[in-house]
Amino acid sequence: MSTTSPLLEVRDVSLGFGGVRALTEVNFHVNKGELFSIIGPNGAGKTSMLNCVSGRYKPTNGRVFFEGRDVTGMTPNQRATIGIGRTFQNLALFGHMSVLDNIMVGRHHLLKNNFLTGGLYWLGAQKEELAHRRKVEDIIDFLEIAHIRKATAGTLSYGLRKRVELARAMAVEPKIILLDEPMAGMNLEEKEDMARYIVDLNEEWGMTVVMIEHDMGVVMDISHRVIVLEFGRKIADGLPDDIMSNERVKVAYLGVDEDEENAAEAVA
Amino acid sequence: MISSSLIPCGQFKTSYAKDTTIFDTPVMRAWAVASVLFLIAAPSFLNNYHLSILIQIGFMGIAALGLNILVGYTGQISLGHAGFFGFGAFASAWLNNSFGVPVVLAMPLAAVMTTVLGLLFGIPAGRLKGLYLAIATFASQFILEDFFARADWFSGGSSGAAAAPVNLFGYELSGDTGFFYVVLFWVVVMFLIGSNLLRTRDGRAFIAVRDHYLSAEVMGINLTKYRILSFGLSSFYAGLGGALYGHYLGFVSAEGFTILMSIEFLGMIIIGGLGSVAGTLMGTTFMVLLPEVMEGGVSIAKSLIGGDVSWLNEGLAYIKQASIGLAIILFLIFEPDGLIHRWRLGRSYWKLYPFSY
Ligand SMILES: Nc1ncnc2c1ncn2[C@@H]1O[C@H](COP(=O)(O)OP(=O)(O)OP(=O)(O)O)[C@@H](O)[C@H]1O
Ligand SMILES: [Mg+2]
Repeated sequence: MSTTSPLLEVRDVSLGFGGVRALTEVNFHVNKGELFSIIGPNGAGKTSMLNCVSGRYKPTNGRVFFEGRDVTGMTPNQRATIGIGRTFQNLALFGHMSVLDNIMVGRHHLLKNNFLTGGLYWLGAQKEELAHRRKVEDIIDFLEIAHIRKATAGTLSYGLRKRVELARAMAVEPKIILLDEPMAGMNLEEKEDMARYIVDLNEEWGMTVVMIEHDMGVVMDISHRVIVLEFGRKIADGLPDDIMSNERVKVAYLGVDEDEENAAEAVA
Repeated sequence: MISSSLIPCGQFKTSYAKDTTIFDTPVMRAWAVASVLFLIAAPSFLNNYHLSILIQIGFMGIAALGLNILVGYTGQISLGHAGFFGFGAFASAWLNNSFGVPVVLAMPLAAVMTTVLGLLFGIPAGRLKGLYLAIATFASQFILEDFFARADWFSGGSSGAAAAPVNLFGYELSGDTGFFYVVLFWVVVMFLIGSNLLRTRDGRAFIAVRDHYLSAEVMGINLTKYRILSFGLSSFYAGLGGALYGHYLGFVSAEGFTILMSIEFLGMIIIGGLGSVAGTLMGTTFMVLLPEVMEGGVSIAKSLIGGDVSWLNEGLAYIKQASIGLAIILFLIFEPDGLIHRWRLGRSYWKLYPFSY
């Protein structure tokens, strides 16, 4: 990786909810062009970490830098306009809108028309809207959701909704895209598709990706670098192979020592 | 709320421009154009009573569309719409009476004034949700009612304000026919603007705020801005509707803009369909016709019963009120998606006829 400053830097971030410490002095950085994963057991603080980056939560301590700029005090909508996009762990589409309109909302900060020029459509917004519609169609083609373009988002299957949510986040044209469990609840085929989209997103669309995912196979397969959170602390940071062979991670993640487990299996 | 997935099959679009029209099928568009042409011809064969009903549907419909943008599309309840409607009526009369602004200009200017007022009330309201918002808008209703009663300089206080008829190029459009065209003009303009708004950036932002405000924010939408803007726009529609109402009646009285009227506006959009432009017009038509139908029903009942029917005459006002309340309740229970939903179902049925299953 290059020696220039990282795209995203999280410095000493701590987050508390009353008595609960969700994050404790977490440090990491993501370089431009990376496909970066955050893993850890349930409740480890992964989503809280993303929320600190996207602006949903404000860290109790520590700072978040994006492109070298301190964004800790910025609101989520300001962060979207400077290039931070995300999806949610729990489905968060605009349920009564069509798939197309959902994705068009992603263009919000890139569109200039307003209620006046929009209201006078033919004299104002039409040209711009159609130009952006073309960009949205590129995303629709890429994610292979052309057949559900006009469907109401709330009526789609779980796997398709996750895909539409990715499309909507892509439409923001973020410099970094934060994906919170993009494959949760999917069947094997859907997972394979999603993994392929994420790799293409990173390699062909040139987007920097930060992904939270529980499926270790996928994470180790496609990530460039991985960090591991446990009880709100970072316990490992490195290449997928290093993480796989890290003893501390094995204990944290599996809850048991692997040797013990093997021994137990041998006995049984 | 309304889902738009009931578009008949067999409709293929060949360009994005054709795919982003206001009307989802060419037939719909033809119907809309035909209705407007029909209405342009209407004064030649309708009597004044029928025209006055159409005029009422017009100015109430404009105001109701504003409320639907706020409640149906942005998801913010308002119990104070009649206050803004009244403000528009007084403001237009005031601009004309005190400054000699011609009525044709005074009406849209009054709507702009009402927008400013709506934005002001929207600043605190934009930060509230649910029950708290309902109570805040309820309060705005009473603040405005009180203002109308006290501000002699503006509203004429308890004696009310005279509102001059529309004067266009030196001709006074005093009768129902002349005013009918003024209202028709504004209905067409405001409904087109409303439909356009809702298929462009800011309109989508309203719906996004309603459906999932957390993800709306992550899409770069400033929640507070759009919540307040929605109040402003809905007040523009209310103010314009009110101004038309005032100049149509020729007199604006402070007693007219009560909480009951606010609830009637809510009834219109609930019955027509929350989050539907066309439904707004259906709901308004229903609400305006309902008391007339009740009156017709009562006079039939009187002739059937015969004898002393003074008790029925006295009860008529109550029957009208109660029928509105009853209609709202029945729709909430049996057809919460409103008349527009019925209509869409019917349309897809006929589209597929005789293979409707
Ligand atoms: N808004 C909140 N209020 C109170 N506690 C919270 C809040 N959000 C998160 N927490 C707590 O912070 C801790 C970390 O939660 P978080 O959702 O970040 O975990 P996670 O790693 O994403 O877990 P999972 O894999 O289950 O999604 C948990 O103990 C959780 O209960
Ligand atoms: Mg999580």
